[in-house]
Formats: sequence, structure tokens, C-alpha cells
Amino acid sequence: MAQTVLKATRESFGEALCELAKENKDIVVFDADLAAATKTGVFKKAYPDRFFDCGIAEGNMMGVAAGMAAAGKIPVAASFAMFATGRAFEQIRNSVAYPRLNVKIAGSHAGISTGEDGATHQCIEDIAIMRAIPNMVVLNPADHWEMKAATKAAIEYDGPVYIRLGRLAIDSFNDPETYSFELGKGITLHEGNDVAVIATGLVVNEARKAVAELEKEGISARLINIHTIKPIDRDIIIKAARETGRIITVEEHNVVGGLADAVCEVVTAECPVKVTRIGVQDEFGHSGPAWELLDEFKLTQPHIANVIREVVKEK
Amino acid sequence: MDSSELRQLRILAAKSRLGAILGTYHAKSGHPGGSLSAADIFTYLYFKEMNVDPANPDWADRDRFVLSKGHCCPSLYATLALKGYFDWNELTVLRHIGAMLQGHPDMKKTPGVDMSTGSLGQGISAACGMALAAKLDGKDYRTYTLLGDGEVEEGQVWEAAMFASHNKLDNLVVMVDQNGLQIDGTVDEVAGIEPLDKKFESFGFEVIKIDGHDFEQIASALDKAKTVKGKPTAILAATVKGKGVSFMENQVGWHGTAPNKEQFEQATAELEAEIKRLEGEC
Repeated sequence: MAQTVLKATRESFGEALCELAKENKDIVVFDADLAAATKTGVFKKAYPDRFFDCGIAEGNMMGVAAGMAAAGKIPVAASFAMFATGRAFEQIRNSVAYPRLNVKIAGSHAGISTGEDGATHQCIEDIAIMRAIPNMVVLNPADHWEMKAATKAAIEYDGPVYIRLGRLAIDSFNDPETYSFELGKGITLHEGNDVAVIATGLVVNEARKAVAELEKEGISARLINIHTIKPIDRDIIIKAARETGRIITVEEHNVVGGLADAVCEVVTAECPVKVTRIGVQDEFGHSGPAWELLDEFKLTQPHIANVIREVVKEK
Repeated sequence: MDSSELRQLRILAAKSRLGAILGTYHAKSGHPGGSLSAADIFTYLYFKEMNVDPANPDWADRDRFVLSKGHCCPSLYATLALKGYFDWNELTVLRHIGAMLQGHPDMKKTPGVDMSTGSLGQGISAACGMALAAKLDGKDYRTYTLLGDGEVEEGQVWEAAMFASHNKLDNLVVMVDQNGLQIDGTVDEVAGIEPLDKKFESFGFEVIKIDGHDFEQIASALDKAKTVKGKPTAILAATVKGKGVSFMENQVGWHGTAPNKEQFEQATAELEAEIKRLEGEC
């Protein structure tokens, strides 16, 4: 196992873009005055001729990116998740997704771990918004290695992709020697049959630690990492529902419209089981240090472990 | 432009209008008013100005046209059919289930349509992206976009205008079909966009004002735009909504209403008479 890397996925994303742009001359990057924060600034420095700052005008940025894609380029348009998917929703919907243009949308500072900036900047709806648009692929990588692989996959995929980036530096848990990313395929991180924990993004590692903690108590929880929210890996979810009979979802997003609902859509149609939804419980965040907020919103290891214990007890 | 060329353009424009009437009649819906006001511009772009090849609609080096006022596609479709992109009879199933011609332009369904549009304010941004791609690739194709004068009320138009001049997109021509009417009334009553020339000027555009039904003025404006370096050009074209059909001219009600059978027959008769008259001059 390689050494743990402590890095925000936005950093991993910026690095990956630079590496990919070396080979792929069609990659162009747009930002809306947040290049320093979304980490497209790294790309700007390496490839100034292929970077365009659109200023604080996200709607236009998505349209320009669409036009660029129509002319054969692979545009990456980055902003905070809030403004990329919120402010520019309709441009993404009508100018990018409807004509299925090859635009990659990167939403940074997603979730409450954005921290001190508070609720206006803590996007907890981006997955729901993007998931509801036909033709859109939605990715939510969980650590440094997964983000790098997901960025590569997004660039290689021909069509619109939304990729969610975090602000907070987090520990990596994947092993780059063995890790492999396949778009639309969930990854079983831990086998178990008492309950299935299905997690996505930044909180996967918290769920991983909780599952490891419970193993010592004799609770056998399966852990599945869903990095591709859409198209979701139906098979892995159905299998988990059949074999464990009980599902817990974990996400740093509103439980309305995000991973929880994506999983429920599969199990209600294929293999109905009870689903407990860990996530932001349909309320806004507020200012504070990221880890304190994650703890307050019950998205950290001890809280996840408690829910798993209760669910297994009740089962 | 000699008189014969001019006459040919007028015939093609009248046929484009005829197609818009035919399409909206068969669709029982659609937007004839703004289609008729823009027909001369479509005609000039596709028959005189743009370097395109109907046999190869996705040719990478073609000039691009983005209909930002996407609802006015009926006469664009007619012009594309006249140019040879697809069969004229497609207009008789405009907006029908399974039709190639959608209610608003769809680049994936219709040959010759360079961008899917319909939500106002968005086409101009896509046009900026195409113009920027040409610059980046060192290609000399040009990008044209047509906006409505109601459409310029959208904030995104001005985001795009800032972007176009900041990036010195002198290969971009933004045309505004100033027919003066929008759904809720005259543009002056509803929102008040004037002075539009000064607005575009202050956003860094070369501004040219023309009569949008005068082919010689359209020609000289587009020719001049090619000589402008380091900034985009805006051509503000004064037009008449409903142009060419007597009972539709300057009537706000014809923005988004299809002609009934009687109206269809009258409009068709008027336009066919005009075509016959022009052909008789040959």
C-alpha cells in the first residue's frame, strides 16, 4: 500500500488536467474568476494559451464551452459547485446536455466541507441538479487517486460530464498500484453481509473507518464506493440489497436528490429493502471549520458507526 | 451586387418566407413574425456570405451560424432547404412527432444547424466559443449569430458581449433583428433596450446600423465587418416583424401564432405573387 496522500480533490483535479493536457491538445479550460480556488490555476500556469478566464459570468462560460465543444475541442468549465450547477443550470441543460456536447463541468467547494464561507457557498444540491439532466454523467471521486483516474476517464468519455471537487484536504485510501476506475462501476471496498454501506465522495473514507471499527465488534458491513452517481451501478446495488437485506447510504449532500435517492430508485424497482440515509438532512449548512461541520452534520466515522450499529441491531 | 443577383436574393427571401408560413401552418404553432423579419438576413448569409457546403454540413472549416433567437427557425429551415441541406417537404412536418425540424433548432437532428438554441441569450455564448476555437486553431472561418431585440434583455447576452470584446473576437459578427416587438408588446414598452448602438459600442464592438431588409446594406455591413480587426462587430438591423405578409406586418400578435387555413392561403398568395413579380423581372 502506497503512502497516504493528504490532498483536496480539487488539487488532484488540477494536477490531472495538466498531465492529460500534455498529450491531449484539444483540452481547453475555462474558469469564472476562481482559478486559484478550483485549481485550474495550475493548468493556466502550464498552458496559458489554452486557458480562458470568463470572469464572474458562469452562464456565458457554459455557453462558450458548448460552442468550443461544437467546434471539436474538449472544454473543461470550472467554478464552485454552487455557481456551476446553480447559476448556470439552464445553460448546462440547454446548451451542453441537450445537444450532448463534449463539455466537462467541474464543481469545486461542494458540500458543507467548504466550511467557513457558509451556506451560500456550501452546495448540497449539485448532484441532484446534475443527475436530473438527461445525457449527463455525474462523478463524485473520493480521494486523490480516484480523482486523478476519474478526471482521465471524464476527458476520454465523449459527452457531458459533471465532476464534483472538494475544498478540504483529505487522506487518500486507495492504492495507486491496484486502483482502477471504470466509469459507471461501483467499487466494493469491504466485504460483509450484515448490512451494505453505500457511500460517495469525501465521506467514503469516514465510512471505511467506521466499517473497520465495527469489524472488530463482529459486525460485518459491506462497503461500496459509488464514484459514478450517474449512470449508477445498478448491479452492485441490487446484489448488495439481495445479499444483505439492508442499505445505508452516506453522502456529503442533501439526502434529497443525491446518492440516497439514486440508490432508492434502484432498490424500489428491483429489490425493495429498507434504506437509511446518512447525509445533510434537507437543511442548509452554516459557517465553521470543515471537520467540525462534518461532525455536527453527523458525517464522520463515529456517527456513521453508530448508525450502522443501530441498523444491524434493529435487523 | 447587380440587379439580377439582387432579384435572385429577393426571390429566395420570399421563398424562405413562404416556407415559414408553410411550416407554421402545418405545425399549427410556431413563430412566423420574427421568422419573416429575419428572412432577408438568413438568405444573404447562406446564399452570399457564408462559406458552407450543404453536401458536407459538418465540414470543420465551414463558417458557422448560430440562431440565438432560436424560435425564428421556420424561415431558417426554409433557407437551409433552399440551399440544399434537406428536402423542402420537411417543412410540412415541422414540429411533428419524429420530425427532423424541431420547434427550436437542434444541431443533432437537422443538417446545417450549427448549434441547438431556443433558450434566449445562450446562442451568442456558443457563437463566442466557436469564434474562439477558430482563433485557437489558427483557422479563418467566421461565426455569425442572430439575436432578437427582445433577446438582448437577457443578461447572458452582455456577459457574452464582454467576453467577445475581451477576447478580441474579430471573426464574430453579432446581428440583432430589431423588429421592435416582443411577446408582451413593443420592446420599448416592455423593457427599453435603447440606446442599443451605444451599449454595444461601450462593450467594445464595432457597430453598424442597417435596414435589415436591404440586401445592399446587409452586404456592405458584412463586408465592413471583415475589415474590422481586434474587436467583434455588431450589426443592428432595423426590420419589420411579419415582413412580406400584409396582415402580419408590425402586429405583435403574430409573434407566436400560426396562420389558420384562410390566413395561410392569403399569405401564400401574397408571397407567390411577389415571387412571380420578381421572376417576371428576370
